[in-house]
Amino acid sequence: MAEARFRIKRFDPVDDEKPWFTTYTVPYESSMTVLEGLFSIQEHQDGTLAFRYCCRAAVCGSCSMYINGRYRLACQTNVTQLKGDDVTIEPMPHLPVVKDLVCDMNDFFAKYEHIKPWLIRSSSDPEKEIAQSPKQRKKLDMPIDCILCGSCYSSCPSVWGEDSYLGPAALLKAYRFEVDSRDQARKERLPQFDNERGVYRCHTITNCVEACPKELNPTEGIQWLKGAAVRRRLFGRAK
Amino acid sequence: MQKHQLIIVGGGLAGLRAAVEAKDEGLDVAILSQVHPGRSHSGAAQGGINAALANDPEAHDDNPEKHAFDTIKGSDYLADQDAAFQMTSDAPGVIFDMEHWGCPFSRYDDGRIAQRPFGGAGYPRTCYGADKTGHYLLHTLVEQSYKRGITMYIEWFVMELIVVDGVCKGVVAYDMIKGGFESFMGDAVVIATGGAGRIYSNSTNAIISTGGGMALAYRAGVPLKDMEFVQFHPTGLLTTNILMTEGCRGEGGYLINDLGERFMEKYAPKMMELAPRDITSRSIATEILEGRGIGGKDFVFLDLRHLGEARIAEKLPGIRDLAVHFEGVDPVHEPVPIVPSQHYTMGGIDTDADGVTSMPGLYAAGECACVSVHGANRLGGNSLLETIVFGKRAGVAAAKYVAGAASGADDARLAAAAKQASTAVAEGVERLADEGGREDPYAIRAEMIVTMKEHFGIYREQAEMQAGFDKLVALKERCRDMRLRNAGGAFNLDMIRTTELPGMVELALATAKGALERTESRGSHSRTDHKERDDADWLKHTLARYEPDGPPRLDSKPVTLGMFEPKERTY
Repeated sequence: MAEARFRIKRFDPVDDEKPWFTTYTVPYESSMTVLEGLFSIQEHQDGTLAFRYCCRAAVCGSCSMYINGRYRLACQTNVTQLKGDDVTIEPMPHLPVVKDLVCDMNDFFAKYEHIKPWLIRSSSDPEKEIAQSPKQRKKLDMPIDCILCGSCYSSCPSVWGEDSYLGPAALLKAYRFEVDSRDQARKERLPQFDNERGVYRCHTITNCVEACPKELNPTEGIQWLKGAAVRRRLFGRAK
Repeated sequence: MQKHQLIIVGGGLAGLRAAVEAKDEGLDVAILSQVHPGRSHSGAAQGGINAALANDPEAHDDNPEKHAFDTIKGSDYLADQDAAFQMTSDAPGVIFDMEHWGCPFSRYDDGRIAQRPFGGAGYPRTCYGADKTGHYLLHTLVEQSYKRGITMYIEWFVMELIVVDGVCKGVVAYDMIKGGFESFMGDAVVIATGGAGRIYSNSTNAIISTGGGMALAYRAGVPLKDMEFVQFHPTGLLTTNILMTEGCRGEGGYLINDLGERFMEKYAPKMMELAPRDITSRSIATEILEGRGIGGKDFVFLDLRHLGEARIAEKLPGIRDLAVHFEGVDPVHEPVPIVPSQHYTMGGIDTDADGVTSMPGLYAAGECACVSVHGANRLGGNSLLETIVFGKRAGVAAAKYVAGAASGADDARLAAAAKQASTAVAEGVERLADEGGREDPYAIRAEMIVTMKEHFGIYREQAEMQAGFDKLVALKERCRDMRLRNAGGAFNLDMIRTTELPGMVELALATAKGALERTESRGSHSRTDHKERDDADWLKHTLARYEPDGPPRLDSKPVTLGMFEPKERTY
């Protein structure tokens, strides 16, 4: 039986003036994910520990945390892959904390909603599917894999500096629709990101690329949107 | 108290689809979900969604009737045939809706939605987006919900139904972000909370798939149907039970035993690895029991190496990531160790094809419901289909009910019921914390999930099941003396995980009761002491009815036939 030491940043805004750390010793056999370790603590040592979870298979985006100084999904991080048995776990930095490892995601989703993250059509739909070639479809491969975990948003210095900046996840979602051959938004979505709240606030620091647990590239999407916005201003071309 | 016309519990595919439909019918709709809807377990579905689009050159003569036949044969003839045909007939339309809303399906060269072969299906009929179909469908419906301005109460955990004069009028929920309890009143309630996989220790399901909505309806007096039918997916990852999609085999993957044989040859010579899940899982279990697991151990290999890196990158990228991250195995270079794992709850809240339950005002759709279209064994690709077909149908039916609902109890009475209900829940939680019970809820949970795995697994037998049943009866008793360590506050996981446990034990008992009583083998329910299907006595649905002080009562209702005569299943 091996042991890991989980040093966890705790904070309950109702009771605590500032965050504090507690260390728990967590036994495990040959392997254990950080999420399994958190459940072990919650069940057997400290029922007050708060964290988000759902799929435990790296697809729902619930358990993004700051683990040993890096953005990771707790479910996808095995303690055996970390250096040593000391694991420091904090909530995603620069976001308000609801409790312990649970961040307030309201602004994140308000910004997501702001960019109109849905397919916009002006013509009527055919009886069957709207045709899309494999080549057109391939353009969606990267942005559609976003799980809205918030890691990129938390990691972005432009978000830290400007509360109103939409951030990488919302802009990646705008990109996802703007590059979709079926999308016919000409002016509906553009004003949502073609401004200082939007794409021009990205200074290609690329923290988001490093933070993304799905290895996506929001920066690339944002640069594409900048180009599209400029082309539309100059030539009135849609895409 | 909050008031909306329609309250939907659960923000996965079925709940969102119901919400979109009811909103388009003009209703004031609110969704309550314990996670952001985009994080629902629907998003973990991988391989695809069935519809007889006939897009594949090999499938030019496919149609909903053939899809219904495969579904009904797959169900071991326990599906209601009218409901199954309804689902397969609705299928093309609801898929095109999803496509028009932006769902990024994979495509053929001619621009049409691509379809892959799946287990138990006569044609390549499973529409897919790589191996992340659930994720793409779920995000599409989340987007459509935002577009319509549907009210979402995110991270609200529903704990009780509010029933006034026998009519469902709302729910009580816990506010995970702020703490505290509130009543949500509506003219109708749709339950769409997914399956109960987590009553087993070896489930592919999300941690939140605890069957909450099933337990709410059941304990309010609505029967659960066919709970003994539990699907074991042939290919869960060995150490975590995380799903490796059936699409792996649809794309040509092999199942291999310790002798290096493609052993499915012995069990399903025609369909091989694409036999239905019940048969494939049993075959793997037999190989393991007879000592041909890899190295004599409890697993076999899923071998994808011959597909090559390019094909795996295009068709199964998510599978590769999961195998690498969670099993430390790269399927491009090594075979993947897999084991059959609890995957899907065929049974559920007894409904018709419009989500109607025995309680006026209460509807259910998706995995928590049992229509029944899957009968004794669900085909791969039919569960995503079920969510959007029956989510939509429940939305239509609930909207119609709300429009025609006689006013019934007056507002003052409803307000009083709402207040009383939320107060009762709050007091119940306080009591659980204050009265100092002796039982550790996590010990009860641990015993329950192992009991289900060991006594109600792939192969079942009377004495084994009786022993498991007795354990569950004892666990139910122990739930009465549980200790809750922390009552108040925000994001109180202790409170959620403790208060949901008695409901989980009830679902386990309903499963066990049905399994014990059904003295035949049909679909996923495979008894070593009753090896044959017994149509004379058991071509019928079981209904489990809740008893507060003991195990459930069981009765039955007939299966609707009419299209296809029950026959022996061979593949």
